[in-house]
Amino acid sequence: MAHILLKELRKSYAGQEVIHGVSMDIADGEFVVIVGPSGCGKSTLLRMVAGLEGITAGTIEIGGRVVNDLEPRDRDIAMVFQNYALYPHMSVRENMAYGLKISKMPKPEIEQRVARAATMLELEPYLDRKPRALSGGQRQRVAMGRALVREPSALLLDEPLSNLDAKLRVQMRLQIKDMHLRTGQTTLYVTHDQVEAMTLADRLIVMNKGIAEQIATPSEVYRTPASEFVAGFIGSPAMNIFTIRAEAGTAILPGGHRLAIAGIPASGEVRLGLRPEDLEVTDADTASIPIDLRSVEHLGADAFGYGVIVGSDILLTLRLPGTSTAQRGDRLNVAPFPGRLHLFSIETGKRI
Amino acid sequence: MAETSDGPLAARASSKALAHLWMILGVIVVAFPIYYVVIASTHSTQTILRPPLPLLPGAEAYSNYKNAFSGGISKMGGVSLWRLLGNTTLIALGIAIGKIAISMASAYAIVFFRFPLRMVCFWVIFITLMLPIEVRIQPTYKVMVDLGLIDTYPGLILPLIASATATLLFRQFFMTIPHELLEAARVDGAGPWRFFKDILWPLSLTNVAAIFVIQFIYGWTQYLWPLLVTNSNEMNTIVIALKKMISFADADTPWSLVMVTSVLAILPPILVVVFMQRWFVKGLVETEK
Repeated sequence: MAHILLKELRKSYAGQEVIHGVSMDIADGEFVVIVGPSGCGKSTLLRMVAGLEGITAGTIEIGGRVVNDLEPRDRDIAMVFQNYALYPHMSVRENMAYGLKISKMPKPEIEQRVARAATMLELEPYLDRKPRALSGGQRQRVAMGRALVREPSALLLDEPLSNLDAKLRVQMRLQIKDMHLRTGQTTLYVTHDQVEAMTLADRLIVMNKGIAEQIATPSEVYRTPASEFVAGFIGSPAMNIFTIRAEAGTAILPGGHRLAIAGIPASGEVRLGLRPEDLEVTDADTASIPIDLRSVEHLGADAFGYGVIVGSDILLTLRLPGTSTAQRGDRLNVAPFPGRLHLFSIETGKRI
Repeated sequence: MAETSDGPLAARASSKALAHLWMILGVIVVAFPIYYVVIASTHSTQTILRPPLPLLPGAEAYSNYKNAFSGGISKMGGVSLWRLLGNTTLIALGIAIGKIAISMASAYAIVFFRFPLRMVCFWVIFITLMLPIEVRIQPTYKVMVDLGLIDTYPGLILPLIASATATLLFRQFFMTIPHELLEAARVDGAGPWRFFKDILWPLSLTNVAAIFVIQFIYGWTQYLWPLLVTNSNEMNTIVIALKKMISFADADTPWSLVMVTSVLAILPPILVVVFMQRWFVKGLVETEK
C-alpha cells in the first residue's frame, strides 16, 4: 500500500504526443478510476504506471520512490488484464502462486496467501483446474487473485470487467468494491463504462484525447463537470447541451424563447447544459421552454421523453415519472431547476 | 465417420467402395517395398536372389538377425551393428535437439526482443531457407577440416543443426502467444529466461514434439554429409553402412544381412513416429491456448 504521485506525465509515439501532461496525487488506499472513450489514452496511462510503457516526460512515484526507469517487477505493483492473461498451462493455484514463487517467498507463506485469496474470491473448488476449464467470471476472479496475493503497493486494473456479461459484471463490480474496502489497496482502475466509474471510484480521472479533463469525486464530476466533454460523457442519458445567445443577462434559446439564467455573461454565445432529470414539466405561463414530444420510452420506474424545442431542431431528453401519461405529439413546457444549469465556453469548452 | 450416412460428405455405397479400393491400391504401392524388405530379411541370400520373389516369411529370420547382431556385419564393415545404430541415434538426436535449441532461441529473440537489425536477422535466416545443404557443402567441409572435426560427432551434427524452417515455425507459433501473457509475466517478475522456461516452453511442447519427429527422421536419413565428413568405419551411420554393404556384383552382396540392416534402419524412425504421434498431430493442427 502506498501513495502514487503522477507529475506532468507525457507519452509520445514517434513524435506524436498521446498523453499531454497528466498530474495526480493518489492517496494511500484510494480507489481511482480512469474513464474515457476509447483511444483517449486511459490504458496507456495505466500501462505507464505499470511500467509496460515507457515515459516520455514527467515522473511517477509509487510509495515515495521514483519508478520511471524500473521494470514492472521492481515497482511493487500488480495488474489485472482485460483478457485476464492467465497462464493456460498452469492450474489456478500455480497461476496465483507464480509471482510469489519468482520472488522466492517461502512455500508455506505462498500456500497461505493463495488459500486466503481463494477463500476471499470463492475459488477453493477450482484451485487445481486449468483456466480453460473455468467460466469467464471464474477466470476474472483468478486474475484478481493473482494480483491480490502479491499484496502490492498498487493494484492496477485494465478494463477487468469488459469481457463479462451484464449480470456478472454487476456482481463482480460489487465484489471488487467489497474487496477494496477490505484490503484498503491503492487501486487504479481503467474503464470506459461510466457506471463502473461512478460506483467504484473514490475519485475519477476523466480523460479525453490524452488530457485529464477533470480529476474529482464522482459526484463532483456529475454535478459540476469541468468541461463540456465531461458533461456529455458522464451521465446516461447524456446531458442536453446546446448553444444559447446571451442578451442583457437573459438567455435566448434556439427558437427564440427567453429564459432568465443566473451567471450568464452579458452578451455573446455560450453552451448550455441541462441534465434530463433537471428539467421539470410546468405550466405554460411560468418561464419555461416549450417542446414537442417526439417519443416517450417507459422504463418502469422512469420514463424518458425525447422532444424538440419548438421553433428549432434541438433535441431535448427529459426524465419523466414512470406514471407519466405524456405521449408523442404532446406539447410540454419544461423549466430547468435553478442552480442545476451548466454553462460552458464555446471557445474552450470549459465550465463558466 | 463412415456411419454418418446422411452427412454432407456421405457417399453412395458404390463410390465408397471405389474410394476404398483406390486407397488400398495406394497403400499397396507405398507399403509393398517395405513389406518386401521385412519378408526378405527372413530368407537366405540364395532364396532372395532366386526368382520368383518370395512373398511369405521364410524360416531364416532367427539366424539372419542373430548373425547380424553377433558379428555378421562387423565382418564386412569392421564395426558392429550396435555401433552403427548407436552412431545414427546419437547423430539423429543431436541434430533434432540441436535444431530445436537453435531455432527456438533465434525465434525467441526475433519475436520477443527489440534489437537493432532484428528484421535483417530474420530475413537472413529466411533466405538460408532457399539454400539446400549441397550449395554450401564445400565451404562447410573446409570449415570442418580447419576445425579438425572430420570423423567426429560434432562434425557430423553441427553443420546440420541450423534450421530456417524450424525457426520460422517457432516464430509463427510465438507470434500467436497473446502479448498480455508476456506482460503478465513481466508484472509477475519473470525475466526473459523465466518467461521462456516457465511459460513459452510448456506452451510450445506440442510444436517441439512435431519438429522433433520431423528432424529426428531428417537426421536419421542423412546420407551426403556423413559420407563426406567421415572416413573411418567407426563413425559410419547405418545408412552409410548399408550403402557400403552393397557391392556392384549381385552375388557378392549378402542380401539377407542388407535386408536385416534395412529393417533395423527403418524401425527407429517408425517407433519415434508411433510413440510421438499424438503429440505430433496435436502440434501440427492445434495450438493449446
